[in-house]
Amino acid sequence: MNRLLPLFGFLLLVALFGFGIWWNTGHDQREVPSPLIGKNAPDFSLPYLDDPSRTLRKADLLGKPYLINVFASWCVACAEEHPVLMAEGRQLGIPVIGYDYKDDPADAKAWLAQHGNPYDRVIADREGRTAIDFGVYGAPESFLVDAKGVIRYKRIGPFTPELIEQELKPRIAELQREAR
Amino acid sequence: MARAMRTLLCALLFAVIGTAHAQAIDPLPFKDHAEEVRFQKLTAQLRCLVCQNENLADSNAELARDLRHEVFELMQQGKSDEEIKQYLVARYSKFVLYDPPLDRGTLLLWFGPALILVAGALAVGITVRRRSRAASAAKTAAEPGDDW
Repeated sequence: MNRLLPLFGFLLLVALFGFGIWWNTGHDQREVPSPLIGKNAPDFSLPYLDDPSRTLRKADLLGKPYLINVFASWCVACAEEHPVLMAEGRQLGIPVIGYDYKDDPADAKAWLAQHGNPYDRVIADREGRTAIDFGVYGAPESFLVDAKGVIRYKRIGPFTPELIEQELKPRIAELQREAR
Repeated sequence: MARAMRTLLCALLFAVIGTAHAQAIDPLPFKDHAEEVRFQKLTAQLRCLVCQNENLADSNAELARDLRHEVFELMQQGKSDEEIKQYLVARYSKFVLYDPPLDRGTLLLWFGPALILVAGALAVGITVRRRSRAASAAKTAAEPGDDW
């Protein structure tokens, strides 16, 4: 029995490290959990990208669910996500708001002209001040907001067709059921 | 000559190490030295969300710069260090704090190592006691034979 003790100790360590590896491959370590899920989306008032004299406020969007997609022309992963949004965005059944993050408006407009515009509306946050309220720390990031203005889901990093099927669409369906 | 070279290399090396520890430079309008010290201390306790292994004070990431300005702004508004931290935690979760607060979610983080240490000490203690008992038993068993 006593002889086997070191072996048990070893196996215990193997189990511990194995758990560590499994745990870390299971989720992205760099993902910062959003404390805003389940809370009211921060108030915002941001100018339209194509017409800075008009602003979009949170209050304007109350009443039905919508998706905010944070993007920028300088963001590599956004270019990766873009075709997915082009293909799927219109079929989500809710407005998709483009949130142009810390970008030169001219660059953003050129980028959308070149790659296509999957958004119902595009707002611009050049300073990134409102983005701090949203807890944005990179792009792309997406927020699903319900009819009452509560953030229900956040995706950090690009959407893929699989993620839209498995994570986004069921949640949108849920929000639409609630609204009825 | 060789010695001079070596001295020079050493000096260069130290110069490099010195700059590696320098903080990211922001020309912020501090009103006095005390305020600057408070600012540096506070931003050193906050994590940069983009690089994640650097604090806000050292990071050159753009978001870190924005957040430094945010912290400075809040300081100007007369917010306490605790309020500023809460402000960031409300947006970025407790992950922004380098020093995790003691609560239910971090209990294991705080006391896990101590628990493992205690478990190890117990295991060693038990083994030693058992061995010495076995040894003394063996000694009494062997005594009649080699006592003489």
